[in-house]
Amino acid sequence: MRQTDVVIIGGGPAGLAAAARLWEKGVRDILILEREHFLGGILRQCIHDGFGLTRFGETLSGPEYAARFIDQVTEMGIPYITDTTVIDISEDRKVTASSRGGILEIQAGAVVLTMGCRERTRGAISIPGQRPAGVLTAGVAQSYINLQNKMVGREAVILGSGDIGMIMARRMTLEGAHVQAVFEVQPYASGLPRNIEQCLNDYNIPLYLSHTVTDIKGEERLEAVVVSQVDEWMQPIPGTEREYACDTLILSVGLIPENELSLAAGVRLDERSKGAVVDEHHQTSVPGIFAAGNVLQVHDLVDFVSMEAESLADSVARYLADKGLLECGLEVKTDGNVTYTIPQKISGTEDFKLSLRVRKPVRNACIRLSQGKNIVLEKKMLKVIPAEMIQIPVKAEKLRREKDLEVSVIW
Amino acid sequence: MAGFDVVIVGAGVVGSAVARELSRYNVHAAVLEKELDVACGNSSRNTGMLHAGFTYKPGTLKAECAVEGNQEFDQVAKELNVPFRRTGKVVVGFTEHDRENLLKFKAVGEKNGVRGMRIIDKEELNRLDSGAGGEFAMYVPDSGILDPMQYTIALAENACMNGVEFYFGRKVTAIERAGKEYLVRTTKGDFQTRWVINCAGMYAPEISEMLGYPNYPTKGFKGEYFVLDKKAGKHLSIPVYPAPNDKGGFSTHATPTIDGNVLVGPDSYVTEGREDYAVTKEHLDGLIADGQKMFRHMKREYFIRNFAGIRWKRYDPETGEILDFLLEADEDKPNTVNLVGIESPGITCALPLARRAVKIVAEREKLQKNPSFNPCRRGIRRYSEMTTEEKKAAIAENPDYGEVVCRCENVSRAEILQAIHNPLGVHTVTGIKNRTRATMGRCQGGYCETRITRMIEEELGITLEQVRYSREGSYMFTGKVREDK
Repeated sequence: MRQTDVVIIGGGPAGLAAAARLWEKGVRDILILEREHFLGGILRQCIHDGFGLTRFGETLSGPEYAARFIDQVTEMGIPYITDTTVIDISEDRKVTASSRGGILEIQAGAVVLTMGCRERTRGAISIPGQRPAGVLTAGVAQSYINLQNKMVGREAVILGSGDIGMIMARRMTLEGAHVQAVFEVQPYASGLPRNIEQCLNDYNIPLYLSHTVTDIKGEERLEAVVVSQVDEWMQPIPGTEREYACDTLILSVGLIPENELSLAAGVRLDERSKGAVVDEHHQTSVPGIFAAGNVLQVHDLVDFVSMEAESLADSVARYLADKGLLECGLEVKTDGNVTYTIPQKISGTEDFKLSLRVRKPVRNACIRLSQGKNIVLEKKMLKVIPAEMIQIPVKAEKLRREKDLEVSVIW
Repeated sequence: MAGFDVVIVGAGVVGSAVARELSRYNVHAAVLEKELDVACGNSSRNTGMLHAGFTYKPGTLKAECAVEGNQEFDQVAKELNVPFRRTGKVVVGFTEHDRENLLKFKAVGEKNGVRGMRIIDKEELNRLDSGAGGEFAMYVPDSGILDPMQYTIALAENACMNGVEFYFGRKVTAIERAGKEYLVRTTKGDFQTRWVINCAGMYAPEISEMLGYPNYPTKGFKGEYFVLDKKAGKHLSIPVYPAPNDKGGFSTHATPTIDGNVLVGPDSYVTEGREDYAVTKEHLDGLIADGQKMFRHMKREYFIRNFAGIRWKRYDPETGEILDFLLEADEDKPNTVNLVGIESPGITCALPLARRAVKIVAEREKLQKNPSFNPCRRGIRRYSEMTTEEKKAAIAENPDYGEVVCRCENVSRAEILQAIHNPLGVHTVTGIKNRTRATMGRCQGGYCETRITRMIEEELGITLEQVRYSREGSYMFTGKVREDK
């Protein structure tokens, strides 16, 4: 069986950034496995701009952003194989992949999980109604329009104010379709403020908060959706139904880390983030298996995906050099206002970056990290919203080695 | 279109079974179906149970066919290469009244010829399946699970390879007697035939009337279902049904599917709409509450899809009583066989009913056996079910097996290609799905649907506007975003 120091599962932004950083750290025996014909992952279909402001200080389209890393990987000569789908990973880091050339079996020293995420579907949120053609997720619509030159409809309604949904509202408008409105079940938008401005407001597309689709009509192709207002428990309010005639319903109702391979490898998942439980080295519950990017937590910006993967690469290089990493015995706990944190485990002896999301929008918030009665740090923020990932660098010198870390949002 | 010996109306499981049994004889037969594939109605909208037959009144056609169909199914599944497992079933109870009902239906089952039923205590129930709710249960070893779409497809493909012709997108609009023959008028051409067999499922009363039989009163009992992720499937190995009510009806149950998912449902309520397949918030909410009693691992994060089906039952308008399956062939409506009110357990009963229908035709027409009839049909070989060594061999022989198109269900390009070029000439995305399981996983086609539609276009040489999701008007694309340069 082929032996490789690091096998990277997925050649999207996380996998590419991890590979390039590993190379810089002197790791040479790397292999990226990519199921598509091209590297770049989901960025290939994200032809809008706005990528790279944090990482490169300039605004790029998705393919341009990906090209920066692809060029780097190519110049370094890092080996990669495309058109190859990983179908299994074992607990002892044996990777099995399928391609037209046959079954590839590799014994990896370390495995880097960078598979990204998938979209939540109609079935997952149980939208009632009939089942016509014309109901599709935003990412599928984006793939058809941007990669396959296929127009998915002419008269659209969008459910969910996720970023891809708003971007598709603009995209369909630019291609001559009419987008009637975006409906969001929560009392606040789930996508970024800049997308509300640039994709909806600039095109006079209304955004209705606390509304959801309560019926889908059409025996063959979509004919109409019924939209209702919802109460504070997100239950439809009878009498508020309004019918919108349309041929297309685009869903942007959430992303879920794609962890089926992680589960096969025995990696423990976090119910809250839906990604792996990782320590400050991005190491999962299975030694030698690491995770970063959207497979670990759904990010708001790709720049943070790359940076998280680069931080992972630093740890993997150390893991290979030192034949293991420092044990992380302390848990990171959250209060009810925090959706989740990454990492979920720390050593208490090293600097690390804490990522978190809040459960609801709060003004004048204070994010407090504490160990028992000891306050590690407090970060005051004018406004926190669920759409934005919050990142806080934590210094080792502030930490104690025995108590779990508690993260809370107070206001 | 001229010259058929037999026209079968409807390509559900019953019509497809009749076609298959008829193909044992030298006969020129056609199946007319209004949809673009087989099993588009309730043949695909059910629990996929091979019923044992313990709730049906002894002496009825339903009871007789259910037991016959159940006990022969191992052989049928082998011949037709249908995914099937004789799991057994537990019918669980909580109260003394439940226990009385279980004992009552045990006696009914024994009278019908159901084998090996016994009452088990909670300890044994938990040993059979730790995910099952209930204080005690009746264990029915004869019950099983199968893929009802694959079964119908298999019957139809086997009929097709033995000479029966399938015509899709043909809704029967009128049937006229023309001399000694019938002229069956459809939305897409007329068909001349000597015999007509009515297998129109929920539309059987209308066809019945066209043939000169009564427009029998029927009503729809609709039920909704949740399909749960295969992650939930790990917690359920045997169908768990609640004790039947006094009339033998079951409320919400949990059933593992042959592919490893779990179905929770159906509930039951009367509907007026013939194809009222819409799911409703009210009933899905009800399923969540009831489903948890049967299956402890019912969780929202496991939901991947939902659907509704309708049991279209014949009833007596005076008493309201639900009536038995009807199979009739009156001399004064020459050369007709009329099947009405075939609902649950229609999957289990399809072949026994088909044999009875075909026997009538064969005897009256003195049909000769088809010497080249082959009862065996092979389905599409599944990449996901191969061992690593088998995968290597399959890819070496056909590299398309190595290209994974549907990541959730690990369906390869080779399987999608075989499905696109299926013997029945079905071209819809749903048709590919039911033949391969592509798009049936937790991402619901988020990854593979864009690839499948492209393959349909390329393989069949059709335009993107011609691609259909399921039905005639279910177009997926309105055109190109912009013209190619």
